Amino acid sequence: MTTKTSYVSKSVEKLKPSGIRKFFDLAAGMEGVISLGVGEPDFVTSWTVREAAILSLEQGYTSYTANAGLFDLRKRIADYMNSRYQLTYDPAHEIIVTVGASQALDISLRALVDQGDEVIIVEPGFVSYVPLVELAGGVAVTVKTKPENGFNLTAEELEAAITDKTKAVLLCSPNNPTGSVLEKDDLIELAEVIKRHDLAVLSDEIYSELAYDADHVSIASLEGMRDRTIVINGFSKGFAMTGWRLGYICAPVEIAQALLKIHQYAMMCASTPAQFAAIEALDKGMEDVTEMKRSYRHRRHYFVDSLNEIGLECHTPGGAFYAFPSIRKTGLSSEEFAEKLLLEEKVAVVPGNVFGKGGEGFIRCSYASSMEQLQEAVKRLKRFVENHSN
Amino acid sequence: MQLRDWELDLLRVLQKDSRLTYEDLSKMLQVTKEEVEETVTRMEKDHILVRYNSVVDWSKVEGHEGVTAMIDVKVAPKRGVGFDEVAQRIYRYKEVKSVYLMSGAYDLSVTVEGRTMNEVANFVSDKLSTIDSVLSTTTHFQLKKYKHDGTIFGDYEEDKRIVVSP
Repeated sequence: MTTKTSYVSKSVEKLKPSGIRKFFDLAAGMEGVISLGVGEPDFVTSWTVREAAILSLEQGYTSYTANAGLFDLRKRIADYMNSRYQLTYDPAHEIIVTVGASQALDISLRALVDQGDEVIIVEPGFVSYVPLVELAGGVAVTVKTKPENGFNLTAEELEAAITDKTKAVLLCSPNNPTGSVLEKDDLIELAEVIKRHDLAVLSDEIYSELAYDADHVSIASLEGMRDRTIVINGFSKGFAMTGWRLGYICAPVEIAQALLKIHQYAMMCASTPAQFAAIEALDKGMEDVTEMKRSYRHRRHYFVDSLNEIGLECHTPGGAFYAFPSIRKTGLSSEEFAEKLLLEEKVAVVPGNVFGKGGEGFIRCSYASSMEQLQEAVKRLKRFVENHSN
Repeated sequence: MQLRDWELDLLRVLQKDSRLTYEDLSKMLQVTKEEVEETVTRMEKDHILVRYNSVVDWSKVEGHEGVTAMIDVKVAPKRGVGFDEVAQRIYRYKEVKSVYLMSGAYDLSVTVEGRTMNEVANFVSDKLSTIDSVLSTTTHFQLKKYKHDGTIFGDYEEDKRIVVSP
């Protein structure tokens, strides 16, 4: 009898586990850790939203919804996209409610990518982009962005990365992990290149509610872009609903219907109580979003100024809730820095290299923590940097 | 008084946490330390910033005795001074913690604190009810404080987030 070495597919075997996982395992057993490693709001979902989910359960809404999601929710998403980002989508055919923005990304890539197609990804970028492109059979072409450009992709950098095999560009603004924001003028320049090469765009806008200095602009709202863009958004970050796993896709009808095929086979539909909660969030939750955003903005300024004061040079992030300071002056690699910081000072951060090679020399610090925690974290970081300065 | 955006933010931040230093506030609001200091001083002078309070959950302090009552007061308003004169007479007592003019079934809502129920009862019968224009009082004793001034008592939820997440 012959024995197989592994039943696991080659594409999965090739995948590297997320670098974030390693730090989670390291930090999980430690007591008294101040965590700047979290990629989620420190607010609990608004009570009115939680209560709407409870009510839906009490009323017995425990069955599947339509594959694309509750029509009421899709209508509200359409209204929201229209009023907030000047985008018009038909709730019947162009909006799909997904299990978080993560699933939205997965099915979008699977719908776009044929074997060997190249997808351009900005680096540093969210940990799942490259693996998801590879799982879809594509080739991830990463473009390293520069801190002097605020970690934003420039039209020239994009142009240089395009080949005959390029199918799509994946953008994320505001960005995780750098907090950088592509403003309207940047997007116009990128859109020109994208149109010239007839590329599709996957626009991850999960942090759109958390743009601090200028209103968020969706690339889909620019001339000639709507019909080639898949907009991905969700409730996790802006509405503090990470655990609800609720996202959505807005795309032109042809792409949306292709996506729906994958979604209906793979996932059937998103969770029903979460969808009822999301309706309430859009109806009644916007005031809380404004309040949370105001609080993040204050903490952003406090934390980024403090980082710069202690010598961890950091650009001012325009959105999300991450600071992405350089740690080069310590001479440590980002992984060494994060590991030593955790062991010596009990502060958890995420090393920049887990977001791609372009993140080496940086760490990601989430400032979605209370001011008391941030003040203590700054003290500990200061001590750490003093101990490790050359 | 018309306030600038950052001054409004300053009030919001201080209302949540009045212990922040001028230096921290200057970073949070992106103005100089001197500007924060000047503005706080001006707002104190203008009685916009009236007091810096701590919210204390006295039920957790052993041996602390105290009762709070909310009293609905019906009043005969006086010509020319309306309810203001009687409100002033009431709020000057140190036992009185708050006085509001209300719409509806009664006129003034008065919060009174005392060491014992008897002390509060005596205050109501001897002082409050005997004021000329007070027509009637209805006293409600507080049994338990669940939420006070926007703070939920006893709800000290820990951060439930995992330490590192994407």
